[in-house]
Amino acid sequence: MKYRLVALAVLGLGASAVHAQEVIKLGVAAPLTGTQAHLGKDIENGVRLAIEEYNAKGVTLGGKKVKFEVQAEDDQADPKTATTVAQRLADSGVKGVVGHLNSGASIPASRIYNEAGLPQVSPASTNPKLTQQNFKATFRTIANDVQQGLAIGKYAATKLGKKIALIDDRTAYGQGLADEVEKAVKANGGSLTGREFTSDKATDFLAILTRIKAQNPDVIVYSGMDTQAGPMLKQIKQLGINAKFITGDGGCTGEVIKLAGDAISGNTYCTQPGLPLEKMPGGKNFNERFKKRFNADVQIYAPYSYDAASAIIEAMKAANSADPAKYAGSIAKVNFPGVIGTVAFDAKGDIKDGAVTVYQFKAGKWEALQ
Amino acid sequence: MNELALAIPWLGKRNPAAARWVVLALALGAPLIAMLFGKTWVRILDFALLYVMLAIGLNLVVGFAGLLDLGYIAFYAVGAYTFAFLASPHFELHLPFWLVLPLGACFAAVAGIILGLPTLRLRGDYLAIVTLGFGEIVRIFLNNLNHPINITNGPQGINMIDPLELFGWDISRPLKIGEDITINSLFLYYYVFLAFVVLSIILVQRLQISRVGRAWAAIRDDELAAKAIGINTRNMKLLAFSLGATFGGVAGGLFAAFQGFVSPESFSLMESIAVLTMVVFGGMGNLAGVVVGALALTALPEILRHVAVPVQQAVFNQVILDPEVLRMLLLSLAMIFMMLLRPAGLIPAHSRYSRPELVVGKPAPAEAAK
Amino acid sequence: METLLQQTVNGLVVGSVYALVALGYTMVYGILGLINFAHGDILMVGALVALEAIRLLQIYAPDLGLVPTLLAGLSISVVVCMILGYTIERTAYRRLRNAPRLAPLITAIGVSFLLQTIAMIIWGRNYHTFPQLVSTTPLEPVAGVFITPVQIVILVVSAVLMVALVLLVNKTRLGRAMRATAENHKVASLMGVDTNKIIAATFIIGSALAAVAGVMFSSNYGIAHYAMGFMPGLKAFTAAVLGGIGNLGGAMLGGLLLGLVESIGAGYIEDMSFGFLNSSYQDIFAFIILGIVLIFRPTGLLGERVADRA
Repeated sequence: MKYRLVALAVLGLGASAVHAQEVIKLGVAAPLTGTQAHLGKDIENGVRLAIEEYNAKGVTLGGKKVKFEVQAEDDQADPKTATTVAQRLADSGVKGVVGHLNSGASIPASRIYNEAGLPQVSPASTNPKLTQQNFKATFRTIANDVQQGLAIGKYAATKLGKKIALIDDRTAYGQGLADEVEKAVKANGGSLTGREFTSDKATDFLAILTRIKAQNPDVIVYSGMDTQAGPMLKQIKQLGINAKFITGDGGCTGEVIKLAGDAISGNTYCTQPGLPLEKMPGGKNFNERFKKRFNADVQIYAPYSYDAASAIIEAMKAANSADPAKYAGSIAKVNFPGVIGTVAFDAKGDIKDGAVTVYQFKAGKWEALQ
Repeated sequence: MNELALAIPWLGKRNPAAARWVVLALALGAPLIAMLFGKTWVRILDFALLYVMLAIGLNLVVGFAGLLDLGYIAFYAVGAYTFAFLASPHFELHLPFWLVLPLGACFAAVAGIILGLPTLRLRGDYLAIVTLGFGEIVRIFLNNLNHPINITNGPQGINMIDPLELFGWDISRPLKIGEDITINSLFLYYYVFLAFVVLSIILVQRLQISRVGRAWAAIRDDELAAKAIGINTRNMKLLAFSLGATFGGVAGGLFAAFQGFVSPESFSLMESIAVLTMVVFGGMGNLAGVVVGALALTALPEILRHVAVPVQQAVFNQVILDPEVLRMLLLSLAMIFMMLLRPAGLIPAHSRYSRPELVVGKPAPAEAAK
Repeated sequence: METLLQQTVNGLVVGSVYALVALGYTMVYGILGLINFAHGDILMVGALVALEAIRLLQIYAPDLGLVPTLLAGLSISVVVCMILGYTIERTAYRRLRNAPRLAPLITAIGVSFLLQTIAMIIWGRNYHTFPQLVSTTPLEPVAGVFITPVQIVILVVSAVLMVALVLLVNKTRLGRAMRATAENHKVASLMGVDTNKIIAATFIIGSALAAVAGVMFSSNYGIAHYAMGFMPGLKAFTAAVLGGIGNLGGAMLGGLLLGLVESIGAGYIEDMSFGFLNSSYQDIFAFIILGIVLIFRPTGLLGERVADRA
């Protein structure tokens, strides 16, 4: 029986080796159904755009012209499904993975990619723990909670006002970021008037906002996603609260502007890792290209997943091979201008120089502040 | 197992002995067959076995004792978190699994009693909603008990949980026999889980025909009458709840060890509903049905995931629906049509210990033949 | 004090939406003993259909004015939901009326998934902005309480609909037939009540209420999304049980109470528990209250209208 096992395993390997000649598959893992499906699709589309552009330009590896393809898998934002999906990607012979969205999915999946020797670049998981597991080929193109929380907390406490109310959405992302914001606020001489909580499925925030109103803060910091931040801004206006509002990258999107309608004003700020889009050589018309290709607006993560896919392909080019064992090492060394800024990783695999830009809402869009 | 064997179409009724061997061969050989299609399928089988355990446990409560429990996943969570607390770097505890697993089962049983004591005099759907609430309460506490004292690590979850170690042998690592034979840990987990499942089946089978099982059937079919003939309905219901919970607790512990990471999002209401669906889909009250239901509903979405794209490409020459959308579509249709065509489940419970009208239509032919 | 008043208003607005949805649950349960899991998704369909209708109206009849546009959109969505409710009952539930108790529950979950998936195919995965035809800008505060026109509309519309429903059930022929069917199908049909029709009517009325609730929900928060029905559905179901499932007054009371508990609970729990608990527990207040109420009153606040069914 044991011999049969081995024979079967060999068979399986053989089968996948046949597939991978000219075509190089990149895996994408993100929630493509459920409440975060729009963000998952955003990630998938970002990767698609990247590989289509590389295919159009033509990439030659080891003397052979190669064509990239995407294999997208739905992790349903669920840790268990994430591991199944990870295994599936590993089995099907993809050469690298862009994913996942949720830290809760990325962390257990990273273990499987690591075992399979597959490089993983997450465009969206911000939990610091992801890159602290000492896996050789786990990277992310988004600033982690510590980097961004520091920026938000510092900006809020030094520029916007001393009394700060903090709301988080009790997801791994929201809570992790809020904890860092809290530290940074206190370190920069601000004080926390209160910390309130909601969920990533909530639409009604009147109860917590009424409570916050009674504490009369100068600034409200929201640590969560755009789909909550938009309605929240509306309700802030509805209750006649005059505080300034700042949120992280999860809420630094066009979606917030759309959802908040007339409730968003110049008192609204957000932060995003990397440099402003218009300042990036590759980023200038990213939105247009994206819109033209998919007939959809960029949500949040498309630029990050675009750059994650680019990082993998650039590393392959540098190593002149699509063999994970050969090119994984070169991801750590990539350095190229991406959409989000210069893409380069530190020793752990976090994006280097997590420069965080603060934006202010002005005349219908987010404008970068210096 | 006899029931499973009998359920095999055609062969089951003609040659039960042969059918029994088929079941045995399938159970032992499944991962080898799965390996032909890749390790993913072995992992899916592993998860399927965990769901089988959950379904067996829930069936005890819903199918045998007739108590509708919509928060069953809470016990799974208790088991998983017990394992995570006692065997991970979180509290710097690394107790051996043969201690942690039974402890998790005990805690789950206690949780079952805590839930059951005040609520068991509620009937039918009132009980359903209270249990649903209990499930949510457990999940939300797990999600929030990182403040003021950090107990559960909140939404970040607990990582680096110890794997199962049998007699000093870590089964999360490939087993090496001699020089060149290695057995992947997914196989090892499969057989460990299989052992647990077989044990559970034997236990529950003995239980079903015992005094206790008959008392449960009596309560399910007519509580008043059961009381009248001297059955202590309260204690019997409590026993059902806590025994059912025990299975959930053990499965949870195994899940934590297998996955290496637990976070509250794994224990959402949808999971409870998924397990309940397995039980009803397969055939409530019938062990064989429940096992088949759990296997079918774990495998079905994965199979759909696998065939969705190629089939569409073959039929329409293009991909019309995303595989995820198609999977959801087919899964929901399967649930609806299955219930329309076989309302009592794939393998309906035989009416020996149940009310005949619960099994729709005429008595089963086998019953009539007796 | 201002804060408490504001929280009360917040709670009442949320609560009346819960109540409206809870009525649908409770009516279906009262008559069929079925937990119609897909009810929350009808709310979602109602909101999205109205959104689409209003979008089209704004393109093809831009001069219609705000209120007529909203009313037209609402009517279209109500009609669509009524048809949908009827279709679901006719195709998915009717054949299961004598099936084992849990079979229809699974079907209902299946229908819920199906509606969500279809909505996802039609409207995509993104959040949509719902046109603000009734203003969400707050009026002059009264006693420090801020309230918006749309919130007032919600309170008034739900109150009117609830009264209308109670009248319908208690004063009309249809209502009497519904009560008879709820009491006992067989006897009702022997008395000349066409129970199939009555059950269909129940689904149609419940769906219409859900559609209205969906439009109000989306107008208030300015969003619509294919998965938006789940949470309100769950809360409304809880509300229905809290009030005593099968009881119309109970559903209303339960809905309002739930809204208030959530709002006031989230506002004061931190002070009441000396900082140990906080608003992160907002979503479970409902269940805790429910648990406590059911321990002392096992059939909900207002009891229920039928004899023991189990």
